[in-house]
Amino acid sequence: MSTKFVIEGLKAEIEGKEILKGINLEMNGGEIHAIMGPNGTGKSTLASALMGHPKYEVTGGSVTLNGEDVLDMEVDERALAGLFLAMQYPSEIAGVTNSDFLRSAINARRGEGNEISLIKFIRQMEGKMKELEMNPEFAHRYLNEGFSGGEKKRNEILQMMLLDPKIVVLDEIDSGLDIDALRIVANGVNAMRAEDRGFLIITHYQRLLNYITPDFVHVMMQGRIVKSGGPELAQRLEAEGYDWIKEELGITDETVGQEA
Amino acid sequence: MTTQTILPVNAETLKSVSEGRQEPAWVTESRLASLELAGRLELPKLEKQRIDRWNIQSFGEYKKSQELSSFEDLPERAAQLVEGSREGGLLIQRNSSTVYSKISEELAAQGVIFTDLETAAKEYEDLVKPYLHQAIKADENALSALHAATWNGGVFLYVPKNVEVELPLQAVMLTDDAGALFAPHVLIVAEANSRVTYVDNYVSNDLGDALTHNGAVEVFVKNGAKVRFASVHQLSAQATDITFRRAVVENDGSIEWIVGEMNDGDTASDTMSILNGSGSVSDAKIIAVGSGSQKINYTTQARHFGKNSASQMITRAVMREEAQAIINGVTKIEKGASKSDGQQTERVLMLSPKARGDANPILLIDEDDVTAGHAASVGQVNAEQIYYLMSRGISKTTAESLIIYGFLAPVISEIPLEGLRDQLQSLVERKLGQ
Repeated sequence: MSTKFVIEGLKAEIEGKEILKGINLEMNGGEIHAIMGPNGTGKSTLASALMGHPKYEVTGGSVTLNGEDVLDMEVDERALAGLFLAMQYPSEIAGVTNSDFLRSAINARRGEGNEISLIKFIRQMEGKMKELEMNPEFAHRYLNEGFSGGEKKRNEILQMMLLDPKIVVLDEIDSGLDIDALRIVANGVNAMRAEDRGFLIITHYQRLLNYITPDFVHVMMQGRIVKSGGPELAQRLEAEGYDWIKEELGITDETVGQEA
Repeated sequence: MTTQTILPVNAETLKSVSEGRQEPAWVTESRLASLELAGRLELPKLEKQRIDRWNIQSFGEYKKSQELSSFEDLPERAAQLVEGSREGGLLIQRNSSTVYSKISEELAAQGVIFTDLETAAKEYEDLVKPYLHQAIKADENALSALHAATWNGGVFLYVPKNVEVELPLQAVMLTDDAGALFAPHVLIVAEANSRVTYVDNYVSNDLGDALTHNGAVEVFVKNGAKVRFASVHQLSAQATDITFRRAVVENDGSIEWIVGEMNDGDTASDTMSILNGSGSVSDAKIIAVGSGSQKINYTTQARHFGKNSASQMITRAVMREEAQAIINGVTKIEKGASKSDGQQTERVLMLSPKARGDANPILLIDEDDVTAGHAASVGQVNAEQIYYLMSRGISKTTAESLIIYGFLAPVISEIPLEGLRDQLQSLVERKLGQ
């Protein structure tokens, strides 16, 4: 079955403050969508609300993955349904090794009695780590603890590769990456492009999109998608910035919740 | 207000029990003098805890147990503990007395003594008398006095000069009769440049009624000796466990404490190293899981007298349900103990809103030329971490277990004995109700 991910009128708030004011977006398997926009416009909130972060409360709208109601699911159920979020700030968890964590995550998908064999797991993990040019030692380090920003991002991509999701949301995966790391991360994403997999790439720089060519580009301001287009939109944003859009739409302050 | 301890035994009975066991006169005298002290001293003062509200009256009376004819006579939990790895030596105490004691011929030939303390007091007076109740003195408080009056069974481990014992010597302290006094005393003397590992397990079975364990451990580490002391307490909810452990460490000696506090009942333990010698070292690792409505007080202490002495103390405790824990770390560096280093960390992870944890790091420093540090934290499982793990498809329960094990891992993974590490791991699982 081909993947279909539909966001309709999604509204969300944090601590009583509305951040998302009605997001509409439809993605199909094989497509890459980019969400761009200046800081403070609700991009990361969208990512967190989709995954079910406990701090964000969804107050309206719907999200479905292949017809299933995502908002009705617990966080782990969303992941098992095929949603993956590469986080901007992954948690550090002392005492839990990266490999134990990854194996638990893989086994959660396979269910009891069908756990992956240790040898097969290690082979898969080491193979993917090699593609991402990660030091094999990172398998035995505690999860994200003491990882540099770039190492954390690679570790997010490693998880994505091992978990084989249907919808991948990358939240500012490019922030804090040097050009080499950016290339490696982009290669990882490109290697995962598939007919039944959709990508939603959240970024405020065009540079990642030099490596991963999106099919659709959306611009977020004031908690809404205010403009959508093809890859050429990203090019224009890179060249001219966001001011022309603000002018076109009569927006003076693009951030959320400043109108009051 | 003075809290009077109700003495579980009178002088006459104590004397006749001691004589009935054919104890040397000095032991009988020490017991009687201690009993007299117990009648007038006060209970120990525990940091932020009213121990007088605990059940510290159910001592039971001395009852001699049958010698063990076979390990099959042991309750299952105790039998599991003696499976395998008993090549070095094994001692089993059941209730008031020792029921099994064995040391390998090889170690015995090297002069290592591993027997119950009652026997040792008779047969090795010159090795026992100078040390017994010298690290933990009878006159410190009512409970130390009562212990000195009523101790039974116990362990005496003596390692001669320059002897290095590779295999751990093990003891199992089993209580399965609440009417029987259970007060083992562990005495370890490691002579100069010797090396030894001792592991014991305190376990209970079908107590049937409330029991108070009032135990003591004394370790004497001579110049250049290394003692590794590991102890796991897993007594049931009916048992109140009061345990004082103390090591006296001479020049360049080292003591390593590994303690697993896995009791289900109220527990107060105090594990202390007295670093007398220059270059002496203490390393204490305590892991604990509290559950039910347990009240808990764990204290680790290091007292530095020797120059260049170093202490490291780590406690990690997980509290679930309505367990309440007070966790104290006391590093005291005396005047003259220059170039010493004392470090301590206490961390408590609480798994339920009703669990309570209190970590008190205390540094008392009377010398200028030292380094010392402490860290303490008390907190709930981090919601952000749970979210992160769940976002990868891991269930909430599994996510919490991963975080709990992760919390204990830095201590468990450092435990040098594989069997003990695995045992602690499974005890943690049991205590966490998994």
